[in-house]
Amino acid sequence: MKSAVIVFPGSNCDRDAHDAIERVTGEKPAMVWHQESELPEGTEFVMIPGGFSYGDYLRCGAMASRSAILPAVVAHAATGAPVLGVCNGFQILTESGLLPGALMRNAGLTFVCEKAPLKIDNGNTRFTSRYGSTSELIIPIAHHDGNYFADAETLDRIEGEGQVVFRYGNNPNGSQRDIAGVMNEQGNVLGMMPHPERAVDEKHGGTDGLALFESLLGSA
Amino acid sequence: MTQYAEGITAEIVAEHGINDEEYAIILDRLGRAPNMVELGIFSVMWSEHCSYKSSRAHLGKFPTSGEKVIQGPGENAGVIDIGDGQAAIFKMESHNHPSYIEPYQGAATGVGGILRDVFTMGARPVALLNALRFGAPDHEKTQHLVGGVVAGIGGYGNCVGVPTVGGETNFHEGYNGNILVNAMAVGLAETDNIFYARGAEPGQPIVYVGSKTGRDGIHGATMASAEFDDESEEKRPTVQVGDPFVEKKLIEACLELMATDAIAAIQDMGAAGLTSSSVEMADKGGIGIKLIMDDVPQREENMTTYEMMLSESQERMLVIMKPGREDVAKAIFEKWELDVAVIGETTDTGRMVLEHKGEIVCDIPVAPLADDAPKYERPYFAPEVRAQINAKDVAQPSHMGEVLLKLMSSPNMASKAWIWRQYDRHVMADTAASSEDPSDAAIVRVHGTNKALAITTDCTPRYCYADPFEGGKQAVAEAWRNLTATGADPIAITDCLNFGNPEREEIMGQFVGCVEGMAQACAALNFPVVSGNVSLYNETNGVAIPPTPAVGGVGLIPDMDKRAGFGCMTEGHILMVVGKTTGAMGASTYLRVIEGREEGGAPLVHLDLEKSNGNFVRGQIRAGRISACHDLSDGGLACAAADMALASGTGIKLAHDADSDVPMHGFLFGEDQARYLLAAKKDDAIAIIQDAKAENIDIQVVGLAGGTAVSVNGAHHLELDRLRAAWEGWLPELMEPAAEAAE
Repeated sequence: MKSAVIVFPGSNCDRDAHDAIERVTGEKPAMVWHQESELPEGTEFVMIPGGFSYGDYLRCGAMASRSAILPAVVAHAATGAPVLGVCNGFQILTESGLLPGALMRNAGLTFVCEKAPLKIDNGNTRFTSRYGSTSELIIPIAHHDGNYFADAETLDRIEGEGQVVFRYGNNPNGSQRDIAGVMNEQGNVLGMMPHPERAVDEKHGGTDGLALFESLLGSA
Repeated sequence: MTQYAEGITAEIVAEHGINDEEYAIILDRLGRAPNMVELGIFSVMWSEHCSYKSSRAHLGKFPTSGEKVIQGPGENAGVIDIGDGQAAIFKMESHNHPSYIEPYQGAATGVGGILRDVFTMGARPVALLNALRFGAPDHEKTQHLVGGVVAGIGGYGNCVGVPTVGGETNFHEGYNGNILVNAMAVGLAETDNIFYARGAEPGQPIVYVGSKTGRDGIHGATMASAEFDDESEEKRPTVQVGDPFVEKKLIEACLELMATDAIAAIQDMGAAGLTSSSVEMADKGGIGIKLIMDDVPQREENMTTYEMMLSESQERMLVIMKPGREDVAKAIFEKWELDVAVIGETTDTGRMVLEHKGEIVCDIPVAPLADDAPKYERPYFAPEVRAQINAKDVAQPSHMGEVLLKLMSSPNMASKAWIWRQYDRHVMADTAASSEDPSDAAIVRVHGTNKALAITTDCTPRYCYADPFEGGKQAVAEAWRNLTATGADPIAITDCLNFGNPEREEIMGQFVGCVEGMAQACAALNFPVVSGNVSLYNETNGVAIPPTPAVGGVGLIPDMDKRAGFGCMTEGHILMVVGKTTGAMGASTYLRVIEGREEGGAPLVHLDLEKSNGNFVRGQIRAGRISACHDLSDGGLACAAADMALASGTGIKLAHDADSDVPMHGFLFGEDQARYLLAAKKDDAIAIIQDAKAENIDIQVVGLAGGTAVSVNGAHHLELDRLRAAWEGWLPELMEPAAEAAE
C-alpha cells in the first residue's frame, strides 16, 4: 500500500507514523512537506500525524488546515481513499471540515498523557475490521486539547450513522459522550486523539494499535 | 591610565558584579578602562554562572575519563560510546532562579536550554528528565510553583516532541525561598558525526540562526550568580520567554545542516547569549572574531550593542561555517522559516571586535575573557558530621502497617502521577519505561535496535546536609544502583551542583565535601562525570538550601530482553534482600516523618559493597532469574516492598527474625545502603542464594509474595487498596483541593 505522511513544521509524531506504517505495510511512506501542493502519484493512504503544527498558535490545527498541502488531502479524501488524522491530525481534520465537531481544551485544563482504555464503538469500518471480536483496547493519549465537542443534533446524527468509532473507557478530557475517534459519513476519513502509532510494538506501548493499520491494509 | 571610561562609575562596575580585584585585572589586560559594552561582556563571562569561579578549583577532583568517554566536561554536553558507532550525549542544568520568579517560563526555558546543549553537538534528543525541589507543601508559594513548573516543563517538552521520561520531586522547607529546577536531556548521535565548539579557523563566516534578539533576559547569568532578597521578584524582566515551536524547527534544521559537511563549529546561545557563544568558539579555536551588530536579527528597534550582546533571548544558535557554504545553511534554515544571517567572520587577531553603525564599539582580547576569569580558593570549613543513629536507639512503633501508610503518603514518597501525567512520555515510540512504570530508571530504546539507555536522576539532600561527604557518595551510588536494578551497565554521570552562597565558609564546606564524596564514588564505581553545571547562591535572606548535588546517571542495556523492573512479582515468589541490614536510622525518612526529627548521620556508603552487590544483582538479572528488582532507598525495605506490591497488585508477607540484632523497625525502615529487594520463583531463588553464598554476597530471605496486604510476621497488616488510595491521593489533594472535595 502506498502511503504518505504529511509533515508540518511542529509535527512531532511524523517519524512514529512513518515507522508504524512501514512495520505494517512493509513499505516506507512518502514524507510530504506542508508546502507541497500535491500528493505523490499513486498515494493510497494518507496519515496526518500528531504534534504542534505551526506551534498550535491561534488554535490547534487551524493554520495547518489552511496550508498548501491541505487541498490535496481534501481532494484525496473525496475520492474515497483512506485518511487518518491522529491527535493534532484529528484537530486539523475538524478544522478543515473533513470531520464534524471540534476539539477544545481538556476539561481538567492540563495536558494529559496516559495509556487510555478505549472501546471500539464500530468494528465494521475500514479502520477497525481487523479487530475481530476485540472490543476493548489500551492506546496511549497525549494532548492538551482533546475535549471533543459537537452540538447535540450532530452527536445524535454521527452516533446514528455509526461514525463514532472509538470511545474512552475513562473519559480523560471531558469529551462529549466519551468520544475518542470519529469518521466522516463516507467512512474513509478517521480522526482520533489516541495514538495507534504508539501501540504497534510490545516493547513500547503495547500492540493494540496494530490492527488499525492492518485493517487499512486490507481495505485500501 | 584613567580608572573609568566616560559614563562609567565605581557603582556601575559594582552593579555588574565585578569587584575591585577583578576590575584591576580588566584594566591590566586591556591597558585601558573598558567601555560599557566591554564591561558588560566581562561581567557575564566572569559571572559565577559562566566562569565557575568559586567551584572550578574543586571540579578538577572528579574523574572525567574512561574507556567509554568520548567527551568529558568542557563542551556543551558529555559524550559516551554505546557501541555500534553510536554515542549518547547528555547534560543536566539548573534553571533555579528564573523558575522561582516566573515558574512556567523559567522551567520551560530550562528545558529548551538543555535540549540545545545536546542537539548542538549533533545528537537527536531522545529523552528529558528533571530533578525538582520545592518548599514545604503548606508554604504559601508551593502550590503555585509546582503548578507553574510542571506546566512549563510539559509545555515545552511536549511541543518539541521529546519524551519526558523520568525525574524526582522533593519537598522540604529548606527550599521555601529557592526552588530547584534541574533539567536533563539525553540525545543520540553517530560517533563520527559529533559537533564541537572547537574547530573554527580564521576567515570563516559566522552565521546566526533562530529567533530574533530582543531585550529579554539581559543579565540573566548575573542574576543566577547572586542570592535573593525581598526585591528579587522585581527581577521578572530578566526571565526569558521560550518558544518550543521555534526550538523544534531549530532541532530539525540543525540536524539537517549537520548531515551536510558545512559546519566548522557550532554553539547554542545560552546564558549570556551572543557573548558566551562567540567567545567560547573563538577561545576554543584560538582565533579572533568580528561581528557586525547591525546584521544581528533584532526583535526590537534601536537595540544597543550592550543589549544585543547580553540578551538571553531563547532558541538561537551561532554557527561558524566552512567558507562558501553559507548558502547551504541559508537554504535549510529558510525552509524551516527561521531567521538566518551572516553576522561576521572569524579572524586571526585573537580579539573580539564588534562594529555597530560604522563604529568599533568593542575591541578586547578573547583569551582573558575565558582564561583569566577569576578562580577563587574560597575558604571553607567541613561541617561537623552528625553521629549515627541506629534503630536500637529509636522507640519501636506499635503498628508497622500504620507507619508504612504514613511514610508512603508523605510528600516525598507519595505518587507523583499528578506531575508526570502532564508530560508526554511516549512520543518517539521508544520509551520502554518511564515515570509511570515500575522501574528504578527510565528506559529508552536506541531507535531501531534492541539495546536501550537506562537513565535516572538522584540525590538525597538530607544525607548531604547531615554529612556532605557521605551524601555526595550516596547520590552517585544511588544513581549507579538505580541503573543496575534495571539490568543496565552504568556508564557515566552528569551533575547539577546546587548550593547556597559560596562566600560563606559553611556552604563552601558543604560544596567541597559533596564534590569529594561524589568523586570518590565515581572513581570506585568507574562512573565518571562527563558534563555538569554548578548553581550557587541558592539562598534567600541568608537562608541557604540544603546541599543538593543532583546526579543524572546513564547506562546501557545491551539486550532489552534481559532487564528487570519491579512490577512482575506474583503470588508465591520468594523475596530476598541483597546487602547487609543494620537498621541505620540517621537522617532517615522514618525519623523525619514519624518522629519529626531531622537528626543523625547519613548512612555510610561502602563503595566496595555497592560494587560487588550491584554486579551480583545485574548478573542475576541477565541470567533471567529475577522476576522483580527494586533498589532500597528512602523508607528502606518496607517502602520498597510497598512499591513492588502496588505495582504488581500482589501483597507481601514480610518475615522479621525476632532473634535478629536488628529490631523490627530497623529491618523495615532502616536506610542501609548498597541493598536491593529481589523477587524470584522458588527454584530461581534457590539458585540465586547459592550463587550469593559462593560469591560472598550478603543475602537474606525476607518474605513471600501473596495476599492483598503488606504484613509482617502475620501481623501489622496494611491492605493494598488502602495504601494505594493514600499513596495516590496526597499530591492531587495538595494541587486540586477543591476538585477533590467536590468529588
